[in-house]
Amino acid sequence: MRAGDTAPILAVPLLLLAALPAMGFADWLTLSASGLAMGMLLFLMASGLTLIFGLMDVLNFTHGAFVGFGAFIAASVWARLPGLVAAPGLAANLLALAAAGGAAALVCGGLGLAFERVVIRRVYGAHLRQILITVGAMIVAEQMSVVIWGPDALTLAKPASLASSFIVAGGAVEKFRLVAAALGLAAFAALRLVLARTRIGLVVRAGVEDREMVEALGYRVRRLFVFVFAVGTALAGLGGAMWAVYAGTVTAGLGGELTVLLFTVVVIGGLGSVSGSFLGALLVGLITNYVGFLAPKLALLANVALMAGVLLWRPRGLLPLVRT
Amino acid sequence: MSPAPPGRGAHVRAPPGRVGRLVLGLLLAALLAALAFAPFLFPGTRAMATASRIAIFVVLAASYDVLLGYAGIVSFAHTMFFGIGAYGVAIALARFTPGWGALVLGAAAGIGLSMLLAALIALLSLRVRAIFFSMLSLAVASVALTLASQLRDLTGGEDGLTFSVPAALSPGFRLLAHPVLGVRLDGRLLTYYLIFLVALGLFLFLLRVVNAPFGRVLQAIRENEFRAEALGYRVVLYRSLASAIAAGVAASAGVLMALLLRYNGPATTMSFAIMVDLLLMVVIGGMGTLYGAALGAALMVLAQYYLESLLQALAEAAAGLPLLAALFDPDRWLLWLGLIFVLIVYFFPAGLAGSLRLRAGEE
Repeated sequence: MRAGDTAPILAVPLLLLAALPAMGFADWLTLSASGLAMGMLLFLMASGLTLIFGLMDVLNFTHGAFVGFGAFIAASVWARLPGLVAAPGLAANLLALAAAGGAAALVCGGLGLAFERVVIRRVYGAHLRQILITVGAMIVAEQMSVVIWGPDALTLAKPASLASSFIVAGGAVEKFRLVAAALGLAAFAALRLVLARTRIGLVVRAGVEDREMVEALGYRVRRLFVFVFAVGTALAGLGGAMWAVYAGTVTAGLGGELTVLLFTVVVIGGLGSVSGSFLGALLVGLITNYVGFLAPKLALLANVALMAGVLLWRPRGLLPLVRT
Repeated sequence: MSPAPPGRGAHVRAPPGRVGRLVLGLLLAALLAALAFAPFLFPGTRAMATASRIAIFVVLAASYDVLLGYAGIVSFAHTMFFGIGAYGVAIALARFTPGWGALVLGAAAGIGLSMLLAALIALLSLRVRAIFFSMLSLAVASVALTLASQLRDLTGGEDGLTFSVPAALSPGFRLLAHPVLGVRLDGRLLTYYLIFLVALGLFLFLLRVVNAPFGRVLQAIRENEFRAEALGYRVVLYRSLASAIAAGVAASAGVLMALLLRYNGPATTMSFAIMVDLLLMVVIGGMGTLYGAALGAALMVLAQYYLESLLQALAEAAAGLPLLAALFDPDRWLLWLGLIFVLIVYFFPAGLAGSLRLRAGEE
């Protein structure tokens, strides 16, 4: 992020303020809280997509499938831990959540490694084929999830201690959303920290800016990318797991539906930029909740209109990468 | 920003082969002849409906190929334009007295809106990079699909719209009292030949577009955007124009589809399932040759009739084995088509037509 790029950051508070007159304060508080929580979850899923694009110039249309797999894995783990889920204690619920999220992240990370090796590696540098191959893989993955988990929607019980809400100034804020928001925020902080303060982060950032130069300096960018790809798909799986618990239901079409939102997020934020996709995710989360409350049918339209508006204002997104 | 590598390997050329070109020519001639004389060769309403579907999808796939194969951009909104064309006719004929005037009005509105929308998406996204177009088109198409199923008053929602077509095209109409060559000259036959002739005209128009200097510039942009720009071609303008032309032709195909079915709904013309079919048609047939798209469309429409029964047979054979039976479930045909699709993109990127034919004069 460069100095002078403060205008995009103001977009989130401006949106929060702009929505206030349209509804009562209590509604506004509830919707803002759940919008920010949804935004954090979207960021979890979108961060991998944007990093993978930034580092290797690969637009992965299969990313949504990892989210879907994560959600299904979480639902399976959830169904096997009814004791922990129904237990009244917070610790037991968090343990169930950690088990579901951990399993989803691990499996999706592993699948991501295999996917990079088998599918993506052959189509580096060829955008058209990348899109075609990853779209084909998305179709296959979605169908496979029907083969494995069946065509019917799976439902997840809300964790006992997290299902209730805090009442703040008349507005209800569900406790689970706080956990989701905390997790998203932690992921954002961790990603920023790793990217800004560690050697690996330095090489990743340098690789994004000028891959060939970093390779010339002796770093194996490709090996690094495999690592980033696995981290990205693991985050997608974790996001999918959290989404499954958040929504309470998982269908085979989940990954495909979220893909549209995730693309909106990364395009708004600026392809390749982690901070940008954080901003984009918050904006999309808030708009989805506000518009979903005011005019339920138009939520998706509002998001795409937001994306069109951002592209008109800044064709490369809110916080674009600057490539040399 | 470092220059994006050109679409390496995306358009691998097959070795020159006279036999291959002959086979391709024969296949295309057979397709044309079969479609031209379909009512006489394959009597029966079902066969005629299949032939009409093939004619419509040939046009739709060919217009998609202008984008995918010639301009090198992947759009996910192509069925949206197909749907807008169909909805234009459906809404006009359902609202007004079903005559030729309403038909032309609806078709013009649908085609006009499609071209405008396509140009808008292109201008918004192509200023940045071609991949933005893919993402934006996906988002816009999802919005359009949601709107089509939500705006019940205008589109009839999930149920869609059923409407009457002009009298001469309705099944009850008789042109001559006596059958000719054993075929009744009724409204169904007139509808078929209207669809066939318009489809043929649109296909020839697309052929003209891609073989004109305009098409050559599109190919140049696809192969190396920066070089084309350096030669003085306005890349964004050419790509936007290609996108608008493809959208207009797709909407026209939608008009034909509405005339054929006398019904339109979100699932019949706008769904992502059709978008996936379209991708399969163009990639299997061969990108960047229009003829390939035509072959792919014919193949896919026919395959859809047979693949499910094939899977049914396999599923019955594998009934004892739990996972295998699930894999061969007749509803899983998309899984197998998806796998075929991925394998073709890897191993036969030139598709059926491209493998048969070396594009003359290009090397």
